[in-house]
Amino acid sequence: MPAKVVVLGGGVGGTLVANLVARELGRDVRLTVVDPTGMHVYQPGFLYLALGKANGRWLSRDERTLLRRDVELVVDRAIRIHPEAGTVQLARGGSLDWDYLVIATGARLVPEQVPGLVEGSHEFYSLEGAQRLREELRRFRGGRIHVGVAGIPYKCPPAPVEFVFMLEERLRRRGVRDRSEITLLSPLNRAFTIESASKVVEPLMRQRGIQLATFFNVESVDPSAGVITSIEGEKVESDLMVVVPPHRGQELIETSGLGDGSAWTPTDRNTLQVAGHERIFAIGDATDLPISKSGSTAHFEAPVVASRIASLVRGTAPKTNYGGKVMCFLETGDGRSTILRFDYEHPPAPPQPRRVWHLAKWMFNRLYWDVVPTGRVPERIA
Amino acid sequence: MGTTIARTLDLKGLSCPMPIVKTAQQMKELASGDLIEALATDPGSVADFKAWCTATGNELVEQGEVDAVYRFVIRKR
Repeated sequence: MPAKVVVLGGGVGGTLVANLVARELGRDVRLTVVDPTGMHVYQPGFLYLALGKANGRWLSRDERTLLRRDVELVVDRAIRIHPEAGTVQLARGGSLDWDYLVIATGARLVPEQVPGLVEGSHEFYSLEGAQRLREELRRFRGGRIHVGVAGIPYKCPPAPVEFVFMLEERLRRRGVRDRSEITLLSPLNRAFTIESASKVVEPLMRQRGIQLATFFNVESVDPSAGVITSIEGEKVESDLMVVVPPHRGQELIETSGLGDGSAWTPTDRNTLQVAGHERIFAIGDATDLPISKSGSTAHFEAPVVASRIASLVRGTAPKTNYGGKVMCFLETGDGRSTILRFDYEHPPAPPQPRRVWHLAKWMFNRLYWDVVPTGRVPERIA
Repeated sequence: MGTTIARTLDLKGLSCPMPIVKTAQQMKELASGDLIEALATDPGSVADFKAWCTATGNELVEQGEVDAVYRFVIRKR
């Protein structure tokens, strides 16, 4: 009897785990991916879409085309995991049995948790949000722009910094920069949570006249007055607000009793097993691990989960651990980027922004569909 | 002005900037002069709490470290 492996979520982590396990175990495994939309979305593209540097079509593909033929795709919503019975219930009725389960359900945006946010602010964390922001920026003729975050953790920590740099360049090229003020609202006393990266980006921000407001955690938005208020009690007046909405894990995690209170799944930082459940793994944004919520994290975690499942199925000792590896580019505008590479033990030491890293990110964006979810390029290269 | 700790926050295991953000949220619910105790394991929190208190006008009353757990006592302004 082949082992039954069910993967919940068809994002980068879920797709890659499914392909790797199927490739490794062949006929010894029956793999099923459950995804509510059946569409795979390349979320790092939202930033480029909002700034008019990409079109929406490039950002999504049919999940079926990214999975090996021996992996089954079920387009349905998982509504409850039963860890003891080894089943998962689906929204349209019926359920799937599993011997091993992978939770790769990602994060959920909950803008409604912040008063006024939905009505008053823009975001580039969803396809619709990025498209709406692109239209708004096309019409923008000058004014005060504020970019901030309304909750921690959020996906892709460098994105707000990348956004202000790329926005500055865009407004300059359109000839409206001198009529605009750009301010980054930071939760801390520096531009970016990682100190070494802050030291690289802050001088550049000063050079380009991008303001930094420190210790500004967005608490509420007054859409009619155009005012953002922080938890710290400060207020700013804004003509265009771009605020990253708060994130939570999926409801499924909560209803299944596997959440930590914010619906993130408590996960072992090395084995990626869900706390108290040897046969359940979690990956990517769905975990409670104190590392970046990003596709890169999921990309590096996937081979660890795949190898551990393969070992469990074969009855051999698992060999690989996740060491917290993450790698991402940070765009600084004008065709330059820096690169952040780090893990649990080693903070990043980003180099000065260079053209080569911008080109590397551009290449990665281009090649993503062909090499990443399919597992054609081993994670070692990145 | 209180001398006993009104609330203790367990921020162990959280990474930057979560300890600061969670503390800022909790401060809202306290009265002026109340003491809040925060326990964190992120080494960066030492500099962050100091800077946050200076920026927000809250008073960092005590700060220490035992077995890699950093303890901060802050009086709300």
